[in-house]
Amino acid sequence: MEAKMRNSLIILSFFVAGVFLGTSKYLPDMMLRTDYSMYALYILMFLVGVGIGADRKSWSVLRTMKIKILLVPIGVVAGTFAGTALVSLFIPDLKLKEVLAVGAGFGYYSLSSLFITQISGEILGVVALLSNILREILTLIATPLLVQYFGKLAGIASGGATSMDTTLSVITRYSGKEWSIIAVFSGVILTILVPFLVTFILKYG
Amino acid sequence: MISVLLVMLAGILTGFAINRYPLAVKINDKLISGAIYVLLFLLGISVGLNKTIVQNLDKIGIQAVIITIGAISGSVLTLWFLYRMLFSKEQNDGGQNEK
Repeated sequence: MEAKMRNSLIILSFFVAGVFLGTSKYLPDMMLRTDYSMYALYILMFLVGVGIGADRKSWSVLRTMKIKILLVPIGVVAGTFAGTALVSLFIPDLKLKEVLAVGAGFGYYSLSSLFITQISGEILGVVALLSNILREILTLIATPLLVQYFGKLAGIASGGATSMDTTLSVITRYSGKEWSIIAVFSGVILTILVPFLVTFILKYG
Repeated sequence: MISVLLVMLAGILTGFAINRYPLAVKINDKLISGAIYVLLFLLGISVGLNKTIVQNLDKIGIQAVIITIGAISGSVLTLWFLYRMLFSKEQNDGGQNEK
């Protein structure tokens, strides 16, 4: 799972390179006619599953947990849905379920944007990509301030799925080491939930 | 999309089987990075080809910012409540707590 977002900049440059290639006129005809992305998504999901299954650290965290720790990721899900439902009032162009699905990326932008693109198309996929990248960046920037005013769980709340890797260091630094297990636990649970929640919201919402 | 989720579950079971082999885990991490690069490159191409997106990028960006603010504020406030109810007593014991 460590590979998930370690190379954020490289990932973005691949995306940007794709955008430039798309806007230019040098694209081979064959690539326009066939959509490979569904097959690639199958492969990615299998590999992500293997990563989760093989991650001993995550599963040992699960074994040592107390019931109340489970409330942390549940709170992030509930809070994200409440907050995004509220702001959807200011976004007349998007349906409520579309806004909720973007929120359900919890910062895991690569996977959530790919899933949303497959189900709802590229426009919402790009909204998901930008919104979830921003969740990671804002968490990195604002965690010191958030922890000061909203308690030790604030960085974990803001980080969502990223609290297990990319934002773990800033969370540990400003909340303290004793919170890092909760951060990893919450991040793992949210990471696993992302594809399920996004699919469920967009298909049955 | 349900089939994609089943594929993920199959992956988790496979992962259980190989978690004794650090090399396999390492290779898997590299493959995930590769798959993400390829997929976001492909997403980039279809975004670049999509005139609606290119022309409305400012609007899309504003929508993304609004959703992120809602998601972060909602989560932070919910966990602030949870922290005060359940976690603050045991972690920093000073002040007016009964214990």
